Amino acid sequence: MEAEVAQFALMGKYIGAGLATMGLGGAGIGVGHIAGNFLSGALRNPSAAPGQMANLFVGIAFAEALGIFSFLIALLLMFAV
Amino acid sequence: MATEEHAAEGLQIHPMDQFVVKPLFGDGPIEFYTFTNVTLWMGIAVLAVLALMVLSTSRRAIVPSRSQSVAEVFYGFIHKMVDDVAGHEGLKFFPYVMTLFMFVFLSNMLGLIPMSFSTTSHIAVTAVLAAMVFLTVTLVGLYRKGFGFLGMFWVSSAPMILRPVLALIEVISYFVRPLSHSIRLGGNLMAGHAVIKVFAGFAGVMGVASVVPIAAITAIYGLELLVAAVQAYVFTILTCVYLRDAVGDAHH
Repeated sequence: MEAEVAQFALMGKYIGAGLATMGLGGAGIGVGHIAGNFLSGALRNPSAAPGQMANLFVGIAFAEALGIFSFLIALLLMFAV
Repeated sequence: MATEEHAAEGLQIHPMDQFVVKPLFGDGPIEFYTFTNVTLWMGIAVLAVLALMVLSTSRRAIVPSRSQSVAEVFYGFIHKMVDDVAGHEGLKFFPYVMTLFMFVFLSNMLGLIPMSFSTTSHIAVTAVLAAMVFLTVTLVGLYRKGFGFLGMFWVSSAPMILRPVLALIEVISYFVRPLSHSIRLGGNLMAGHAVIKVFAGFAGVMGVASVVPIAAITAIYGLELLVAAVQAYVFTILTCVYLRDAVGDAHH
């Protein structure tokens, strides 16, 4: 009985880790949105584009952070819980 | 991580095994003074920074040698970044930012050498770097601006009714900074190395068709070179963004 409970908990852990990785899709959408908008802006005004590279990377980094949190949850479930 | 014993049968892919911290001499318990593979590769990274930045510029020729011009490119790049992003006042912290960038960049790059150990893929390492940035920004901000430093949580351009809500969000996001700062670097590096290892595991069992995963590894390796440079850049530029809160003008 106890072994079955442990197996069940293990199953829940792996399913939860898999579900947590879905959050990375949101980060993908966000990063793509930022990069796409940067590109469309840069093609309209190419002379202003190089000065905005730092803002581009900072924006991407902030959008990516939220996806990385879900990756962290997956890692915690796999290795820490 | 990945300390559990592996089953003997089944597909032999253990992408997390490369991140195990082991002592180099003997196999006793790991204390804080134990000489591990992390110690070794961090030491190599520090020596690489010294070799690039100190040795190559020791002769300081007007017409720079090849290694001196590499060091000058890095110096000029980070100097411009600090000046642009953190403001002119932030240049006082240029040595710190430069050290951070060189250490993270060379650790990332050294981690890409096959059979090496990437120290920055460990959240323990990046968390210390990010915690130092967080402490520096908080202490310097409180020292230089005093009580006014807390004004960055009170968004004065927002309508009065929204300000308490925004203040709460700003406080939370301020304290989440070191977490996202460290996990972004560690997570990106770890995920990239794990992907390479998974493809290497496919290559081991596919026979002749293993050309496909090996070609994929080559492509991913190129991507990882980009990621290693970009993540070092992002880590540094975020440090500058945070420093601007502490030293710069609030209405930048």
